[in-house]
Amino acid sequence: MIVEFFFWLFAAVLLVSSALVVTSKNPVHSVLFLILAFFNAAALFLIAGAEFLAMILVVVYVGAVAVLFLFVVMMLDIDFEELRGGFQRYAGIGAAVGTGLLIELALVLGGWKLAPNAEALRFSPTPANVSNTDALGRILYTDYIFLFQAAGLVLLVAMIGAIVLTLRDRRTSRHQVIRTQTGRTVAETLEIMSIPLGAGTSASGGFLRPKQPEPEPEPVEETHGHH
Amino acid sequence: MTSASLNHYLVVSGILLVIGVFGLFLNRKNVIIMLMAIELILLAVNLNLVAFSAVLNDLSGQVLAMLVLTVAAAEAAIGLAIVLVYFRNRGSIQVEDVNLMKG
Repeated sequence: MIVEFFFWLFAAVLLVSSALVVTSKNPVHSVLFLILAFFNAAALFLIAGAEFLAMILVVVYVGAVAVLFLFVVMMLDIDFEELRGGFQRYAGIGAAVGTGLLIELALVLGGWKLAPNAEALRFSPTPANVSNTDALGRILYTDYIFLFQAAGLVLLVAMIGAIVLTLRDRRTSRHQVIRTQTGRTVAETLEIMSIPLGAGTSASGGFLRPKQPEPEPEPVEETHGHH
Repeated sequence: MTSASLNHYLVVSGILLVIGVFGLFLNRKNVIIMLMAIELILLAVNLNLVAFSAVLNDLSGQVLAMLVLTVAAAEAAIGLAIVLVYFRNRGSIQVEDVNLMKG
């Protein structure tokens, strides 16, 4: 009974806040409602017994993804007044598609039933008397190791892609040009001077000036298709 | 978890999915909110996977939900990077203007 109450409480907050995410005027409010929606979804996961996923949802979504959204919304200098238009223009078609999808989902929900041999078809039955995190860890690193590695590769590709997309070469930064470093010879670096006895170096200000190094060649321009 | 409460989970995740799709249509101009709507859709998928995992006592649903979570995080990172590059080039994020594939 109390579980029912909390389920509907969290579900109501989840649905209301997710509706506010897509209808809110201010994108910063949208991100904050998205965070609220994630917290409530994590609570629903907890009610379903998926403790590890609930914590991952809070850490990954609230801690990383939502903060990333917030960062981008606040960093870009966007005229949000301009983006507000078109609500009325697209609300009709959106409502039509949404209603159609809702009717389809309702039909599916009214007619589905579990397969009679669903028990036998399970891939990895939940072990008894083992905590959720423990049980997940036991199968994640054994049965699902390739899936786990593929997830890591997806994250690696995403990281490299995000860096390559957003990295821009600043003109002020000084790069190491390995070609000129390894191509240096003794002759262009050192100069043996013969100083007459007793003459000293007072003519050149008390010290010998080093040879003027030739200017660095301009590094090869690497464009990523944008400036 | 009984199959009666499984139906409750399915109703909630279905409504969440419809809200996400509705948000995609509603915010045709603001690509950041479109990305948030995609996150909502993926959250609905995760809710479904976890609910079925709980009612069938099968942990593979939760492993799959973790994969969906990973893909959602990667998608958000790449999408926001594209938004950033587009904003640098054009000075706006009007996705209605994105009809020419010039850098």
